Amino acid sequence: MYLNRFKSLLVVSLSLVAILFSTVVMANENVVVADTNKVAAATEAAVPHAAKEEGEFNVTETILEHIKDDHSWHLWGHTSIYLPVILHTSKGFEVFSSEKFMNEHHEPVVYHGNFDYKLVEGKTKVVNAAGEVDEEASKQLLDISITKNVASLFVSVLIILIVILSAANAYKKTGVTTAPKGIQSLMEPIVLFVRDELAIPNIGKKKYAKFMPFLLTVFFLILTNNFLGLIPFFPGGANVSGNIAFTMMLAVCVFIVVNLSANKNYWEHIFWMPGMHWSMKLFLAPIELIGVFTKPISLMIRLFANITAGHILVLSLICIIFIFKTVFASAIAVPFAVFIGVIELLVAFLQAYIFTMLTAMYIGMANEEHHHEHADAAHH
Amino acid sequence: MFILEINPLVLPDIGLVFWNTIAFVVLLVILGKFAWKPMLKAILDRENGIEEALLRADKMKAEIATMQNENETLLAKAREERATLIKEAKEASEKMIADAKEKAKSEYDRILADAQLAIQQQKNAAITDVKNQVGGLVIDVAEKILRKELSNKAEQEAYIKQLAEGVKLN
Repeated sequence: MYLNRFKSLLVVSLSLVAILFSTVVMANENVVVADTNKVAAATEAAVPHAAKEEGEFNVTETILEHIKDDHSWHLWGHTSIYLPVILHTSKGFEVFSSEKFMNEHHEPVVYHGNFDYKLVEGKTKVVNAAGEVDEEASKQLLDISITKNVASLFVSVLIILIVILSAANAYKKTGVTTAPKGIQSLMEPIVLFVRDELAIPNIGKKKYAKFMPFLLTVFFLILTNNFLGLIPFFPGGANVSGNIAFTMMLAVCVFIVVNLSANKNYWEHIFWMPGMHWSMKLFLAPIELIGVFTKPISLMIRLFANITAGHILVLSLICIIFIFKTVFASAIAVPFAVFIGVIELLVAFLQAYIFTMLTAMYIGMANEEHHHEHADAAHH
Repeated sequence: MFILEINPLVLPDIGLVFWNTIAFVVLLVILGKFAWKPMLKAILDRENGIEEALLRADKMKAEIATMQNENETLLAKAREERATLIKEAKEASEKMIADAKEKAKSEYDRILADAQLAIQQQKNAAITDVKNQVGGLVIDVAEKILRKELSNKAEQEAYIKQLAEGVKLN
């Protein structure tokens, strides 16, 4: 039990270190990109093929561009959907198309709204008359634009609603006596899987029913977005489940559900571990308290890192073609990319499964009825 | 220096968080109300139905088995009864025949005895009749003889005397 806690703590800290380290690497790359004369050997060693700069093609930028959020959704060729920008400023709400950030030659321009706005690295910033970013004014800006990720999220929500509601309606039409048909027979095993493999073993037969809607919604939302993220073109292509905002929102929801549903036993085990010496209790309390937060944080980082890593991997493999600037490189790159893509299909399901299972486990831990009368008796 | 600069990848965008939260809450509310509850209820109902049906089938099977057992015992009993009935009937008929035979025999014996008795009686009657007639005749003859013989007194007295002597001897 404690070993597991420490292990998860260790994993979280390690992944944090890994992410921070990757920040260093990417930052280094940016330096390299900025200063083309100094190609750092260390950076090359860390990211072997991504750091090479070949003419105008920049691998890091290309990959990050695909992973990051955007104000337009690329369809094909030069056709894109320009999504609306929604801003809240001190002068109220403002809505305009992101097309306004570009001129006819696809060069970034300043849009003159309530303030002067400009896109800087994909983010809307306020600029002054000279065209320089006004950081003070930019901080006042609340950007709730419908970006590519938001649009993709809406698409996935729409898909889930259509599929699940039609499956649910089938029960109303055919009743429960007939065997499931069509979409219903596709959804039912998944619902049963979530119930019988995730909810009941982790939460218990008595209390699982209350948490089923939450678990099922989380599972289907992650699964749909993972799969949509693997589709390389519209309506996929966005990296919703590999976005930290998405996973953070889910983790916060899990945190709320777990801690609101938690019973007295759970808090007792956190702040005043029964069956221990008082000094041990004092020692364990802060660790357990940290555990309350690391559990959802680990969920957040796990999903984000797995999906993002998958996308980076596939993109890196495709980038090999552009790095070598020869079509023959695709002989290696494409099979590998397909191979990783197939693995990503597995990962897409696996991550939805793991997220839901761990959520169910945390809920189960928070709702467990402990019986340690014998332990207390031994202690006193 | 670079560590302090947070990678934009791990920096959650406030707009995304906002829309994500709305999307998730909407999804949770709509699906929770219109999909998961009826779906889970239907699945549970079906499972309960199947379980009940299985239980009922088992019960039915047991019932049928007991019924069969009962049938068999009933059948066996009926067979036994039939056998005893037949046996009894046979015995009764045999007894009847035997009785009839015995009765017939006894009747025959009785009739025979009656007949013999009647023959005997008639024979006796005939003999008596014959005796009476013979007696009558003898008396007649004797009367006639006596009448003729007792015409003289001496002989009459001698005869009475003789008779008297004969009576004494008796």
